[in-house]
Amino acid sequence: MFLDEQFRLKVGLAEMLKGGVIMDVTNAEQAQIAEKAGAAAVMALERVPADIRKEGGVARMAPVTKIREIMRAVSIPVMAKARIGHFMEARILEALEVDYIDESEVLTPADEEHHIEKRSYRVPFVCGARNLGEALRRIAEGAAMIRTKGEAGSGNIVEAVRHIRTIVKEMKQLTVLGKEELVAEAKKLQAPLELVQNVAEHGKLPVPNFSAGGIATPADAALVMQLGAEAVFVGSGIFKSSDPETRARAIVKAATYYNDPAKLLEASEDLGMAMPGLDVTRLHETELLQTRGW
Amino acid sequence: MPKVGVLALQGDFEAHRRALERAGAEAVEVRTAEELNGVEGLVIPGGESSTMLKLIEEMNLLEPLREFGRERPIFGTCAGAILLAREVTNPPQPALGLVDIAVQRNAYGRQLDSRIVRLTPEAPLPPGDLEAVFIRAPIIRRVGEGASVLARYNGDPVLVEHGRHLVSTFHPELTGDPRVHQLFLDKIGK
Repeated sequence: MFLDEQFRLKVGLAEMLKGGVIMDVTNAEQAQIAEKAGAAAVMALERVPADIRKEGGVARMAPVTKIREIMRAVSIPVMAKARIGHFMEARILEALEVDYIDESEVLTPADEEHHIEKRSYRVPFVCGARNLGEALRRIAEGAAMIRTKGEAGSGNIVEAVRHIRTIVKEMKQLTVLGKEELVAEAKKLQAPLELVQNVAEHGKLPVPNFSAGGIATPADAALVMQLGAEAVFVGSGIFKSSDPETRARAIVKAATYYNDPAKLLEASEDLGMAMPGLDVTRLHETELLQTRGW
Repeated sequence: MPKVGVLALQGDFEAHRRALERAGAEAVEVRTAEELNGVEGLVIPGGESSTMLKLIEEMNLLEPLREFGRERPIFGTCAGAILLAREVTNPPQPALGLVDIAVQRNAYGRQLDSRIVRLTPEAPLPPGDLEAVFIRAPIIRRVGEGASVLARYNGDPVLVEHGRHLVSTFHPELTGDPRVHQLFLDKIGK
């Protein structure tokens, strides 16, 4: 699978996004602000997660006209979200020629049992994961990029930290196991043995591993990068803050200089108000987005 | 062993680091003007040229990079080629101007137009098919008199040498073939 030319091209674009920030946008104007601030890509969606959370209802793929408007407005890659399991939203996005599809738990799932079979698409997919087993199941289905789920629209980094730490720790553990132990571990992780062996050999996922869900400040972005994320997705964190342009620029800088506290300090000056945050422990289980998908 | 920097503002700098090591160099990540001082050559990787340019401008790296390029070799792939060019279109954006080429961004189209092809390289590259990975790649529309074309795809230049500098619109760092990186390393110390 990893030598297949189409898969290499899908992973190739993910490689190009490393060290960058992918920003959620709902219209062309926001997309231009994001591009001007240095976003490596934008994610088109109907409502940012914080609004989906507040307003409720069914969250679907963004309207096609909006996505097209965004694609025309910027020169950077444009991603768009499809509902988990909604393989026809994904086919429409592919026909629209978006650069990446996010099969996303932020939208209302269309199928509670099945994720999209992603290998048969020419357009690449990114999927969320909370742990290594989930990440490897998505890669087995054809995802060319993984992002930790975090808790979208919460403005709270705690879940993103939990998920990246979990995945990194589970990968480290695999590297010290014997061959027969990997078979047992594959059973426990509910993931294909071939992928488990691949992670055990390399100590990392066979596709880029980004972080999402709760990033609201330059410090948040630097934190998940320190923990092993190779790039960050920022959803509500930018356009729900008091000064989106300045904050977007600051988070771009933080994703590059995550190892340089003096530059992070500079990036953290005069940003205005961050988005309001939620205490994730006070959310009812049915309000959690991260538990969607498996 | 030459010490080569990889500009690590954004993009596939890690893939370049590995490719340089495979080609026999010591590779280090460069994010500041000070870090440029310790290296003999520099790779500007693939990624989003607009993102890298924002960071270059914000961190006042434009002049230090130009100065570096006046004395030492730079190799730019894809976004790196755009940043090294003399002229950029679609849309127009500033660049270092160290390589006399005009580049059109995203000239093949979107990700669905990304492709892997086989090229026939010209000397000084050793002969033999060269696998070329194009990802949302630019096209070089004009090559200045001082520059020479080392490989073409569909008639368009995709690997160009100008003095001590080298640019490719494809990604040799995403293949196991070390020839293009070795060609760049040969320029170091000359």
